[in-house]
Amino acid sequence: MLLEVRGLGKKFGGLDAVKGVDLDVPEGQVTAIIGPNGAGKSTLFNLLAGFYRPTSGTVTFEGKDITGMKPHRTVREGIARTFQTTKLFDDATVLDNVLAGRVVRSKSNALDAVFHTPRHRRDERASKARAMEELEFVGAAHLRDRLASKLPQEAQKRVSMAQALATEPRLLLLDEPAAGTNDEETEAFGLLIRQIVARGITVCLVEHKMSMVMNLADQIVVLDHGQRIATGTPAQIKSDPLVIEAYLGANTDQAGAPA
Amino acid sequence: MTNRLNPRLLGVALIAIALLVAPFALSGQQYLLRVVTTAAIYAIAAYGLNIILGLTGQLSLAHGAFFGVGAYTVGLLTTDYDWSFWTAFLAAIVGTTVLGYVSGLIALRTQGAYFAIFTMALGFLIFIIVVRWESVTHAHSGVSGVKFPENIGPIDFTEPATMYYFVLLFLAGAAYTTHALLHSNAGRSLVAIRTSEDLAKSIGVNVAVSKQLAFTASATIAGLAGGLFASLNGFIGPDSTGIDRTFEMLLFLLIGGLGTVMGPILGSLLVAFLFEMLQDLETYRFIVLGPIIVLLVIFAPRGLIGYLNELVPARFRHRDTTPEPVASTTVSDTTKDGAL
Repeated sequence: MLLEVRGLGKKFGGLDAVKGVDLDVPEGQVTAIIGPNGAGKSTLFNLLAGFYRPTSGTVTFEGKDITGMKPHRTVREGIARTFQTTKLFDDATVLDNVLAGRVVRSKSNALDAVFHTPRHRRDERASKARAMEELEFVGAAHLRDRLASKLPQEAQKRVSMAQALATEPRLLLLDEPAAGTNDEETEAFGLLIRQIVARGITVCLVEHKMSMVMNLADQIVVLDHGQRIATGTPAQIKSDPLVIEAYLGANTDQAGAPA
Repeated sequence: MTNRLNPRLLGVALIAIALLVAPFALSGQQYLLRVVTTAAIYAIAAYGLNIILGLTGQLSLAHGAFFGVGAYTVGLLTTDYDWSFWTAFLAAIVGTTVLGYVSGLIALRTQGAYFAIFTMALGFLIFIIVVRWESVTHAHSGVSGVKFPENIGPIDFTEPATMYYFVLLFLAGAAYTTHALLHSNAGRSLVAIRTSEDLAKSIGVNVAVSKQLAFTASATIAGLAGGLFASLNGFIGPDSTGIDRTFEMLLFLLIGGLGTVMGPILGSLLVAFLFEMLQDLETYRFIVLGPIIVLLVIFAPRGLIGYLNELVPARFRHRDTTPEPVASTTVSDTTKDGAL
């Protein structure tokens, strides 16, 4: 297993946002996390990426205990993430945004920059080349000199994926990669995610668009009220009575039932 | 990439040449050369504040006090303790670095407005120590007779032009450091923190360490400027540690352009020039300065450098990438504020 989560919990005040979650993410696959709004999906992501400190349980990545590790450490370990509401450095260009993703893999420090050492020059050249590769990969190379804030939503999402990929992750956490995109764009993002997996990067995603989840996921984990209620292949999940109840049961959530 | 002159480089070259020939142009006008030298020292301090405020986005109001600590270190050590300027200057740099590091450890636990208030309180604390600890600091009588740098071989620092070039060396160093930072991962980390701390974390920036380094470096530069100021001026009083110093630095940065490479120089020189012109008005000069600042904030919120940058054709804005004529036809689409 690339990522093993055991009994993970997070309390906010007295409230359990995530409680006793077990999760296995196999290498080279797409694992989707679904569930009604407020089920704890984003909290789970924040726990995995180190943005929140768990109140209980363990997270093991590539055999190493990373429980409670700060984000700058988890990124170094090889976990990258994107945000539900796409975050980019607004007043910077697309290329500079992706270059920022190289910071963590750079070996030169501030003094190298000031004294313009060979190490700094090598680093800068390599970073730029890698950033351009990632921009080409997501199909945004032609936008490199544009200001990030001036791009349409769909292009911003691509750039933020390139930024995450530039950190050289082994595991990519995508928080609603298709939110706010039309059907055609959703399909394109699905294709892009497949290409990411083909590069050997494991993908874990939270998504509400069931068509995308069912097409893409090898494994689906369903959360409800902070707890895992089901795990399985798309076919198994579709027919799971607990899942159907969570979505269609007492609460009429706008999240939409499994298709 | 093109045979046309890059207006950005031209601007930098013009400022550099003007600064280099200033002592010749002002020969015989000792007073004016001193005004320019003082402005250059304030510009160095502004570069310090620029690192923590302009690049990292944290409003520190303690930098006037760091400037003062540098000034008092050189002032007291070269007079009461009879150290040489050089050792005292080194002590000022090391001292403000340590002070910046230690106060950063505490101050950076706060964010936003709380950070500003905390650092302002720190500034007042230092000011109060200078005013009250009379046996050491001489309080309101100040420190007079601060030494000039001792001669190095044939170089005589009591010569105003020599002192000017000495200061200019540090100014160039501060400007270059800012430039180098902006084009490095270290600088990109800082700008990332300024733009979005969450996103900075998610791409692996160690926010706490980066802020700590930026705050320490900015305190060092402010303290260094203070040390130069004490030596040039020969006299320092408690007002050189006061909050007014901080607000002057802020003024230079706002007018010149926050987070830019040339903003601190341009801002300091312009304000020094304005202050000289309005000298007869004394404290009323802010009646003139106030509206200028208001106009600036409305029409050039990114300062003069930010404003000038928008006038520069897009193809000159990226030194290291080949321009794309199609993508950069409209200025508004490709405007870059020169920050990242």
